[in-house]
Order: sequence, then C-alpha cells, then structure tokens
Amino acid sequence: MSAHAESHDHHHDDHHDDEVVSHSTMGGYLLGFFLAVVLTAIPFWLVMDKVIPDTRTLSVVLLAFAAIQIVVHMIYFLHMDTKSQGGWNMLALIFTLVLVVITLSGSIWVMFHMNANMMPGMSHDMSQQVKNLP
Amino acid sequence: MSDMHANPSAAIAENETPQFWMTKDHHPENGTLLGFWIYLMSDCLIFACLFACYGVLGRNYAGGPSGADLFELPLVALNTAMLLLSSITYGFAVLEMQKNRRGTMMAWLIITGMFGAAFLGIELYEFAHLIHEGAGPQRSAFLSSFFTLVGTHGLHVTFGIVWLITLLFQVGKHGLTGANKRRIMCLSMFWHFLDVVWIGVFTFVYLMGVLP
Repeated sequence: MSAHAESHDHHHDDHHDDEVVSHSTMGGYLLGFFLAVVLTAIPFWLVMDKVIPDTRTLSVVLLAFAAIQIVVHMIYFLHMDTKSQGGWNMLALIFTLVLVVITLSGSIWVMFHMNANMMPGMSHDMSQQVKNLP
Repeated sequence: MSDMHANPSAAIAENETPQFWMTKDHHPENGTLLGFWIYLMSDCLIFACLFACYGVLGRNYAGGPSGADLFELPLVALNTAMLLLSSITYGFAVLEMQKNRRGTMMAWLIITGMFGAAFLGIELYEFAHLIHEGAGPQRSAFLSSFFTLVGTHGLHVTFGIVWLITLLFQVGKHGLTGANKRRIMCLSMFWHFLDVVWIGVFTFVYLMGVLP
C-alpha cells in the first residue's frame, strides 16, 4: 500500500491530496472557530446564569444551539459539501443521520412510554393478581 | 484522463505499438478518505446508541446523586475550550501542510496533542473525583450510562493522541510524502469528528443534565 502511494509521488498527476485540502483556508478556519466559540458560550451562559426558567424551553434552545454548532463544524472544519467525493460523502452522512434519528428518537419515545405505561400500572396489576390468587 | 487516447485506430493503422483506451486501472480519487469517512459514520452510530442509552437511563438515579449534584459546569466549559482550541490548531497544521512547511506543521500538531492531553487530564480528574465521592459507574443507571458515553469519547481522544504521536514520528522520518499527507487528512477528520461528538456530550449530558 505504502509502496504504491510512494510510487505515485513521482508521478506528476499526484493532485489527489492537494485537491482534498484545497477547501481549507485560514479565513474559513477562523470564521468556523469564532462561530463555534459563540455557539458554545451562549448555551453555557444560558444554563449557568439560569436565564430561561422553564426547563422544557431551555432544553429545546440548547438542542437547537447544538444542532447549529454541529452544522458549523461540518462545514468549516470537516469541509462537507455536496460535491466532495462525488457526493458519496454527503450520501453516507445522510444515511447515517437517518439511522441516528431513528435510534435516538425511537429509543427515547419507546422507553418513555414504557415508563409511563408500566410503572404505576404494573404495581396495580400485580396487586390485583395477588388479590385474585386463590 | 490523459491515459486515454482519442484515436486508437489511427495508431494501429500506423503499425506502431497498439494503444489501449485504458492503460492502467482508474484509481478512485481519495478512496481512502471516503472509506475513512464511512468508518467515522459507523463510529457515529456507536455514539448514537450510547446517547440513546443515556437518554433512556439518564434520569434513573437509584436514590443516588443527580447530574445537578455532580457536574461542575466551569470545569466542563474549560474542557470544551481545550477541545475547541485543539480543533483550530489542527486546522492550522493542515494549512501549513498545504504550504509544505514541515517544521511549523509539526509544531502545530504538537500543540494540538497538548490540548488533547489537557482535555484528557481534566476528564480523568473529573472521573477520579466522581469515583472518590462514591459516584462511580456502579452507583446508578445514570452514572453507568454517563461513564460509558463520556468514557468512550475519552478513549477515542486517547487513541487520536496515540495516532498523532505516531504521525509525528512518520513525518519526522519520511517527510511530507503523499501517504503522510493522506494520513494527516484522515486524522484531521477523526479529530474534528470527536469535537462534533463532544458538542452532543456537553449539551445533552452536562448542560441538560443539571436542569431540574
């Protein structure tokens, strides 16, 4: 593998590597870093100074900030766009995101309902079963 | 594309050595980086499962301490800053690599490694503190899932640092060859990916964990 790669070095058509990193610029990294710092600082400030009293609203705001920051990292640090690797990068990402959403929302949804339905109901059923025992 | 010749029949007609449409296999461009990206996506699924686990178990304290009792947000903010700074310094290393400046690139990589080590040090301090307080992974389902999720992320950072040190020796010995540049780009994706996962950790585990 390495011998193959090294033989490529002497070739003049070794533009693969340059092509990969051609998106990264100093301005891009600095802008991404600035946005990331702002998008990190605001959620910490919101929680540490208890700016929003309602827990549910605050959770939604925090998750929204996280989602935006993940997109910022993807664009400015991981250099994602629809054209990289002929679109296969983006396709793999979208496929993974679908699986992630199903895993996360599915688990939390199902388990939340299990808790809500089972915990009080189970003890109720159990006590009835105990009563019905001969 | 330069390997293909527009008019092979003419070449044969002149009775020269026959020319073929494809003189060598077309090597897919950046195949390694795409493969590594797919590995990262599978890693993403591991973290999704651990996040789901924490989402389900994160409020089951078993009468033990809750996130609000345990988490020290200033420490987490410091940790986040370390990882974010290591991300930007890795970016600077990639920029230096593009300019083929080996010395400054290695310097930025070393700084990146130090920030990563600082992150790990703070995390290990936090873990040791929690275990010392009797809030170890065996205390409750909340703490089991917490240690598994955050510990898996820390393990990734550890192996990222091992990889980074290995790369430093490789670049020091062989220089900025094409293979080494490719490895640096793979580690770059790995490192930035860990920062993306950390966004989920500090939001979902720490910030939302201290809410009532």
